[in-house]
Amino acid sequence: MSVIQLSWVDWSIIALYFVFIIGIGFYLKRFTGTGEDYFLAGRKNSSWVAGLAFLSANLGALEILGWTGGTMKYGMFVSHWYWIGAIPAMLFLGLYMMPFYYSSKIHSVPGYLKLRFDERSRLLNAFSFAIMTLLMSGINLYLMALVLRTILGWDWHLSMWISALAVGCYIMLGGLMSAIFTEIVQFFLIWFGLFLVAILGVVEMGGINQVLTGLPDAMSKLWSTTGSAANNAMGVTWAYIVFGLGWVLSFGYWTTDFLVVQRAFSSKDLRSARMTPIIASFFKMALPFIIVIAGLVAYKLTQMAGADFKLLAHPVTGEPWNDTALPLLIARYYPQGLVGLGITALLAGFMAGQAGNVSAFNTVWTYDIYRVLINKNASDAHLVWMGRITTLVGILLSVATAYLAMQFNTIMDYIQAIFSWVNAPLFATMLLGMFWKRTSPTGAFWGLILGMVTSFTIFLGFKMDFLSTGMVNLITFSNAPVSEISDMSRNLSQAAWAWSVCAIATVLISLFTKPKPEAELVGLVKGFTTIEHEGKIAWYSKPEYIAVIAVVVFVILNIYFW
Amino acid sequence: MSSSKMYSIWFFVGVMLTILGLIIVSMGVYYIFSPETHTRLASLNPSLWWGAIMLTAGLLFLIPSWIEHRKG
Repeated sequence: MSVIQLSWVDWSIIALYFVFIIGIGFYLKRFTGTGEDYFLAGRKNSSWVAGLAFLSANLGALEILGWTGGTMKYGMFVSHWYWIGAIPAMLFLGLYMMPFYYSSKIHSVPGYLKLRFDERSRLLNAFSFAIMTLLMSGINLYLMALVLRTILGWDWHLSMWISALAVGCYIMLGGLMSAIFTEIVQFFLIWFGLFLVAILGVVEMGGINQVLTGLPDAMSKLWSTTGSAANNAMGVTWAYIVFGLGWVLSFGYWTTDFLVVQRAFSSKDLRSARMTPIIASFFKMALPFIIVIAGLVAYKLTQMAGADFKLLAHPVTGEPWNDTALPLLIARYYPQGLVGLGITALLAGFMAGQAGNVSAFNTVWTYDIYRVLINKNASDAHLVWMGRITTLVGILLSVATAYLAMQFNTIMDYIQAIFSWVNAPLFATMLLGMFWKRTSPTGAFWGLILGMVTSFTIFLGFKMDFLSTGMVNLITFSNAPVSEISDMSRNLSQAAWAWSVCAIATVLISLFTKPKPEAELVGLVKGFTTIEHEGKIAWYSKPEYIAVIAVVVFVILNIYFW
Repeated sequence: MSSSKMYSIWFFVGVMLTILGLIIVSMGVYYIFSPETHTRLASLNPSLWWGAIMLTAGLLFLIPSWIEHRKG
């Protein structure tokens, strides 16, 4: 028995969405003749278009469902993932890293590694990114089908295949431009489809004060409970939040993950590219107003006698499933029509996330693997053809991964951990590469390998329980008994070690190996890159000024919820 | 590649929000005459005002981007 019953109006809205996005794909096909059009959306997007797409590529429905449910467990702490876990990194990308990325006119992040270092680093990152992206896409597909089956009673196979083929269809037709168009449509659908849940929740509670007051301290504060891991529900200290999340994980994701950075590459000029993550940062800061508020409302409802609000059981574990909180709120507040809008918003979130993965995968495969290893002299038209074929193959591999996850549930833990194997050390490589001219190609390559191996070894150590108590305490910087160290704390320390080992190894090896000649660093490294003067432009068009406003808002939010 | 000018993304956002806003606001009007009772806060008729907000936002995106496209 499903929780939400759809009427013909709701079905019509969902069908309309599918027709609309596939129609966009057909419309855009005629404008995607060259590789630049197909893989970089013609490099003609404004900062607003690129900025909203940048945010939307990260705004998957699973994240929304997961963190709304997470709020029921961790309370306001979830906001750390939207504020310190994102904003400083996004601003740093826009202000300091984008000039090197954009000026070098690359198609991908591995492309930068080739120019700055050599082919080894490019291929290492291209392969690891391609595998990570496909596996993540498959896991998302599986989890989407799981959610849809639980709340709507939809058939596994049908929901996976229909959404995967719809995404495959519009990306094959219009490439990155299709992905960006649908991501922006998704952005508006999510706000219009889900913000109303938070509004109605607040109304039912009797006002925002009623939502925020009466929560346990461990759930209602951002920083004042981080002095000791025992004082907050997440079991982490401020040091983990600042260095693990705010530094390694956040910078590793937002500044190097090609999935999001690709949107900035599609901008029409450097200023727009720099503004892309800065504009996105404001909307990122606003997301807790949907996610955290809805999660707190759900938490309050579960505590209220007679509220008639009970989470569904997880179909695999049988435990109360926090991820069902948002769909249950939709069922509680939305009448026919609005239900269709809410479900369409979730579907759009699922599909846009998958489209982001597939469009990034086809670019990295085509430019950084196929053109380097298989067909060095491929024409532009041939690369576009290869991009379309790769999209189809990527979609099929995602579906295969989803079926694998369905059969062997535990592999999800491994796949979801890939992020800190790949991105955390990559951030160290990028940082040194962009800001220290002495970083050598050999240092970068071996540093990256050692960082990845460190992360993987720690992960296996936790997973297979072969680390001694002393080792675990050393790795997590904690004296707590091993059984009391939270998963979150383990994940953050794994990423922190991967970053540190990569950074230290890169520096040490670089000091003993040959750096690149300075002439080859032009446009790639600080001190060798000239940013063209843009003439007289209004203050509100300057990335630096807008970033300062973002910092002020960020500080105010953190102090207010301290 | 087509030589015609491409509609901007804001045009498509406008089309989507306008159509969905129209559907939702129509449901809101329907609920005035046939009140819906299954959901909490049904008395507020959220379809009516939320649909109206969506419709307004849709038109604000749609009309300027359509005019701009017509100008070429």
